[in-house]
Amino acid sequence: MRFLLILALLLPVFSFAGEAKDIADDPVMEMRMIRLAEKVRCLVCQSEPVSTSHSDWSNDVRAIMRDKMKAGATDQQIMDLLVERFGKSVLFDPPVDKETMPLWMAPFILLLLGGLGLFYQLKKRRGVVVDTTLSVQDEQRAASLLNEPSAALNDAPEPVGQGGKKDTQA
Amino acid sequence: MRFILPFVIFLVLSVFLYKGLGRDTREVPSPLVGKPAPAFMLPQLHDATRQFAPKEMLGKVWLLNVWASWCGACKDEHPILMELSHQNIVPIVGLDYKDKRLDGEATLNNAGDPYNLVIADLDGKVGFDYGVYGVPETYVIDKKGIIKFKLIGPVTPQNLRETILPMVAELEKQ
Repeated sequence: MRFLLILALLLPVFSFAGEAKDIADDPVMEMRMIRLAEKVRCLVCQSEPVSTSHSDWSNDVRAIMRDKMKAGATDQQIMDLLVERFGKSVLFDPPVDKETMPLWMAPFILLLLGGLGLFYQLKKRRGVVVDTTLSVQDEQRAASLLNEPSAALNDAPEPVGQGGKKDTQA
Repeated sequence: MRFILPFVIFLVLSVFLYKGLGRDTREVPSPLVGKPAPAFMLPQLHDATRQFAPKEMLGKVWLLNVWASWCGACKDEHPILMELSHQNIVPIVGLDYKDKRLDGEATLNNAGDPYNLVIADLDGKVGFDYGVYGVPETYVIDKKGIIKFKLIGPVTPQNLRETILPMVAELEKQ
């Protein structure tokens, strides 16, 4: 049983074994490539990074990344190259710029709108509550209602001292 | 009266969600639109001794159609391209993407060849420069060699009639 548990806990470790079919000769460079490829969206499979995808396109992108790294390109240069060809949607982490600004600002704008709405709603309500003064008749009526709570609150008032048994299941 | 605002918000949200429902998330806008078509020099499919470079097409509006013998959707668009080539409206250059030369040639010999010429991008390097990630893809390139439009997915009678041909006609006037 304990053995099974250990095996189950180790599963995530084994699951890494399936990544990246062909590997660069240099394991350090391969690690660097995989780390960079984790930030690149596989355009064929959409929700998967290029680092774990087995699609043909991702294989190609990884091969190109290796080639460029061998040729001495920096990570930034490689990312720029990909963005130049495939657009910003290859980046899992979209940059903050003119085009993506509405997206980044949307939560704050919505929060602001909601806050303003709430503020005005509360202000309006407070105005209504404060400005209302009861007439003398109303005040008397309220007082009389408040003085006999059971009659006012319950539709079917329970007469005091009748049997004394209540429905315990209620 | 007090329900009007929530109702309007609901309607606006519904419209957005409904529109989002119909969108193909695979269609990402190409950053190459509006930029010069990347230069290359590749051998032709039928005759490897002859080369082709996009600058040979300067002064013409043309279509670059990326296809492959292994690509299923390319078979769907093939008859439409055949029809288009018979009409002689716009030259179509085919780019055989990541294919075996013999397979590519056999496909065209069997099904018909809608292309004015076909280039062989056997290792897919030129396809990468053009941002190809799924075949078929079709580029509309203007007289100055600028990419004006990129279609991801097959050419259909509808997108040909509504988008590609009007654009070609417009670019021809320039």
